[in-house]
Amino acid sequence: MVSTTVWIVIAAVVVLFLIYLYNSLIRLRMRVNNAWSQIDVQLKRRYDLIPNLIEAVKGYMKHEKGVLENVTKMRASLVSGTMQDKAKASNQITEALKSIFAVAESYPQLKASENFKQLQEELSGTESKIAYARQFYNDSVMEYNQAIQVFPKNIFAKLFAFHQREFFETKGKERENVKVSF
Amino acid sequence: MSFYDEIGANKRKSYLLIFFFFGVVVCLGLLLGLLYGNSYGGLLVAAIVGVVYFLFSYYAGSSAILAMSRAKEATKPEYTQLINAVESLAIAAGLPMPKVYVIDDSALNAFATGRDPKHASITVTTGLLQKMNKLELEGVLAHEMSHIKNFDIRVMMLAAVMVGLTVLLSDFILRSFLWGGKGGNREHNQLSIIFIVLGLVLAILAPLVGELIKLAISRKREFLADASGAMLTRYPQGLADALQKIKGDPDPLVDTANKATAHLFISTPFRKKKGTSFLQNLFSTHPPLEERIRKLKGM
Repeated sequence: MVSTTVWIVIAAVVVLFLIYLYNSLIRLRMRVNNAWSQIDVQLKRRYDLIPNLIEAVKGYMKHEKGVLENVTKMRASLVSGTMQDKAKASNQITEALKSIFAVAESYPQLKASENFKQLQEELSGTESKIAYARQFYNDSVMEYNQAIQVFPKNIFAKLFAFHQREFFETKGKERENVKVSF
Repeated sequence: MSFYDEIGANKRKSYLLIFFFFGVVVCLGLLLGLLYGNSYGGLLVAAIVGVVYFLFSYYAGSSAILAMSRAKEATKPEYTQLINAVESLAIAAGLPMPKVYVIDDSALNAFATGRDPKHASITVTTGLLQKMNKLELEGVLAHEMSHIKNFDIRVMMLAAVMVGLTVLLSDFILRSFLWGGKGGNREHNQLSIIFIVLGLVLAILAPLVGELIKLAISRKREFLADASGAMLTRYPQGLADALQKIKGDPDPLVDTANKATAHLFISTPFRKKKGTSFLQNLFSTHPPLEERIRKLKGM
């Protein structure tokens, strides 16, 4: 009789532990998904801002038509395709926008326009939000990928099809992580 | 220590603070009751006051602090850069967007308050907005965002509002004790005299203990918030530069700050005194800026 009770208690503890493990994996995966949707929101925001920018600079930049057309073309791939496509398009657009703003430096009238200034502020804000959203996403992915590889969570990961997630890659120099010690 | 441990510790400290506060209020109520010859009445009143005041400080504490500091909500056309920066850092920390407030003051300072990340706010002075560049401002905001993420804001808000009340209450008791002593028509037996003495000691000690609690909870967490802020921006130099500027601020006095809210700010909102003695260091709500800058530069 006593041994049955002991077994029941042990089984209960094990089950609770398994539930806890499973839920912790679910939580991590949800965070990755949330982090990804944050990137998506910001990419969409940039997608919406680009036509306004083109409209604002079109009248001034007659000689740089190629740059503008390029941006318009790349813009489409921001909201469709796989994550890698989006990451690639996002990096290219960042570069293209930089060159538009660099060219704008030589058009004093354009630079002075209130509309352009506002757009520049909005776009650079969105740019930094994309960077931070990517940072949060990649951190979340790292934690998640680690969790599904270590014992005993890896058994669950196999059992319930928790797959490794991709990082949102960037070309160029990534801001380095800082060392923090307490 | 991981940040999750830190969050757990902060929640425990919040409960402890509430418990401590409740104990003090009940003791003070008992004392008041004894003074007026009705100890049960005193207890009852104290319990009701305690509950009501706890509910007030938990749900309206941040509004009270913001109103006390005369902070106005920042809106978009005027403060686009500030709001964009806060939005970015909220994304980086994976938190909902906090409310953003501005205090019209030339001193360089900022604080965060609220009961949890969903009900949080960040306040900066206009001086800070004028004198900091984008990277420095991000550094300061990331520090505040970390206070939100680590639930520092809850402990610090409760400390601000509850300690504020305890001081007020014990002040009231001390005064009514003086008046009550003059009347002399109530008979006190020995027991109640002991209670009165105990309560009197408590009334004197309560604000002191409250102050010490505030110190204990606010000094270490400034370092921690600096560190986790640097994790958010991945650029410790930004906050280090900002602290350097704050250190050089010739007029750090925030007019609307007071003793109850001082520990909320990123840097002491009072005038600097020349030379820091050991005792001053012990009773200061903030660790020395030099030490914080040094740690940031070492990351």
